[in-house]
Amino acid sequence: MATAASNLTPAWIPPALRLTQAGDGAQTVEIAGAWNLRSLEPMIADMTARLTEPPQEAQWDLSGVTRLDHAGAMMLWRAWGYQRAERLVLRPEHEIIFTHLKLVHATPDEPPSRDRLKFVVAVGEQVLALWEHMVGVVRLLGAVTLNFFEIVRHPSRAPWKEISANVYRTGTQALGITALVGFLVGVVLSYLTGQQLKTFGADIFIVNLLGVAVIRELGPVLAAILIAGRSGSAITAQLGVMRVTEEIDAMAVMGIPHTLRLVLPKMIALAIAMPLIVLWTDAVALFGGMVAAQTELGLGMRYFLSALPEAVPVANLWLGLTKGVVFGILIALLACHYGLRIEPNTESLGAGTTRSVVAAITIVIIVDAIFAVMFSNVGIY
Amino acid sequence: MADCVIELRNLWTIFGTQVVHRDISLCVERGEILSLVGGSGSGKSTMLRQMLALERPSRGDVLVFGHSLINGDPLELRRLRNRWGVLFQEGALYSALSVFENVATPLRELKALDEGLIHDLVILKLEMVGIEAKHAEKMPSALSGGMIKRIGLARALALEPELLFLDEPTAGLDPDRSESFVTLIAEIRRELGLTVVMVTHDLDTLVSLSDRVAVLADQQIVAIGSVQDIAKATHQFIANFFQGERGKRALEAIKGMGIEAPASPIAAQQGT
Repeated sequence: MATAASNLTPAWIPPALRLTQAGDGAQTVEIAGAWNLRSLEPMIADMTARLTEPPQEAQWDLSGVTRLDHAGAMMLWRAWGYQRAERLVLRPEHEIIFTHLKLVHATPDEPPSRDRLKFVVAVGEQVLALWEHMVGVVRLLGAVTLNFFEIVRHPSRAPWKEISANVYRTGTQALGITALVGFLVGVVLSYLTGQQLKTFGADIFIVNLLGVAVIRELGPVLAAILIAGRSGSAITAQLGVMRVTEEIDAMAVMGIPHTLRLVLPKMIALAIAMPLIVLWTDAVALFGGMVAAQTELGLGMRYFLSALPEAVPVANLWLGLTKGVVFGILIALLACHYGLRIEPNTESLGAGTTRSVVAAITIVIIVDAIFAVMFSNVGIY
Repeated sequence: MADCVIELRNLWTIFGTQVVHRDISLCVERGEILSLVGGSGSGKSTMLRQMLALERPSRGDVLVFGHSLINGDPLELRRLRNRWGVLFQEGALYSALSVFENVATPLRELKALDEGLIHDLVILKLEMVGIEAKHAEKMPSALSGGMIKRIGLARALALEPELLFLDEPTAGLDPDRSESFVTLIAEIRRELGLTVVMVTHDLDTLVSLSDRVAVLADQQIVAIGSVQDIAKATHQFIANFFQGERGKRALEAIKGMGIEAPASPIAAQQGT
């Protein structure tokens, strides 16, 4: 430290504090040397403690100070109780620094108020926030529905390019990850159930079990969770940044409704892409199941495929694909809703993206449960 | 030899095949305000970033306080960074932190000061740049551009720097605010005896603050000197910059009142 500071200015003297007592008992505090943050930093706690030692009526002699900055002066100021020491010797060029310090007053330490209803208030705020989100989603859905009817009447106004780009981004580019996850889940499921079924000698029921589970439930839910994490977060972040950079306002002043150009294409694209991804995930998961069934139970693939239509009514497939459409629309809607509420700071972007994904996955599972209840007598013998 | 706070030695910057700086040497003297001017793409921002050790030149050396930024050890660089303050063009306030926390962050990072002292210093710095304590708890997103610049300056001054870098200090401010900001910088600089390096496009700012101006054009510093000296130079860029309507007006203004920036009562007391 010393070498760094003294390199260009040879006159660097370390800060010093000396207490002297005259014959009549009057005390003088001599402050000398470079009394600035850089020089004081290594000894600041020690110096702060020593500054409190001198009595109230002591004389302060600062004429030996070679350098003074606000941090150094503030330490003295605090030691003097936020006022000028009564007996003070000061170099004229340091006067100005102390005039500025008068701007700062001691802040009384008020005890943090404890609100006994804090918990109730917090719960209330959460409920109101939830309500506000619900209203926001409904309003967004309403705006998008109006836009949808508009493009049904005037198909030339439809944002075809955006829709196609979004199908590619959310659909085509997600094929790899959904295939990997679908295959592995199919293998694991088939392996575990196969072992159980073998003990009962009910090997061939693996086709029913796997078929119904994958096509009716696992395919759509797996795909939805992956897409919510992959595309939902991307949509929220994209809209959030567009809001921060005022691009959405720019669209508004050009008379381009952002619901038509940004939200609707994403919802349509996911409504198209999601059932296709569900179909793809179903196929790959069943393939994984077949591979495992062959190795574990010795069940041939040919038999598996020929037994599948018999074991799983086609209604299950339609149900699964319908779920895909609904999940796709919900994921896009929630992602856009959260994206459009991002505030212009880094924290909000991160929090908004997280909330968007969590909300989308939660809603997907809730809606899936509703489907299960509503269609409990469809597609199952 | 002059007392150089920053020294560029035979600096070359090459991006791909494009030469931005060709063998530039420069000395920023202690206590002066040096302005870097130049057209868009003339490499003045790059040069500023090189002085801050955010970018490395292709060849040559940059010395700040006599320490090389190119070959110096990282620990030394960290210490150097505590001795300078930077005001970025957009303020670069941490958007997740309140105004108070923004200014307190560099002080906290020292790990030496107690909370009470940090609090008082932050309030002092904010008062100095004209931000009232009631704004201290606000978030940067709730502030106007002028306030963000002032708070950025307060943060740059938090560690009591000897050297201050200003990147377009008045860009994006209305003329009134821009003038009061210039006065503020002039005041603080006199009071703290700072060395200032500034990049600016604004002629009024340039004329009223600079002790010396360095003009970057044709990959080199084509002229360096006081505003009056520069204005007489014959280089094409300088001619366009100063001899245009705006340039003439700005120069006219300083002839009227002399080269001194408008001194505030506080700054006048010190009698520099």
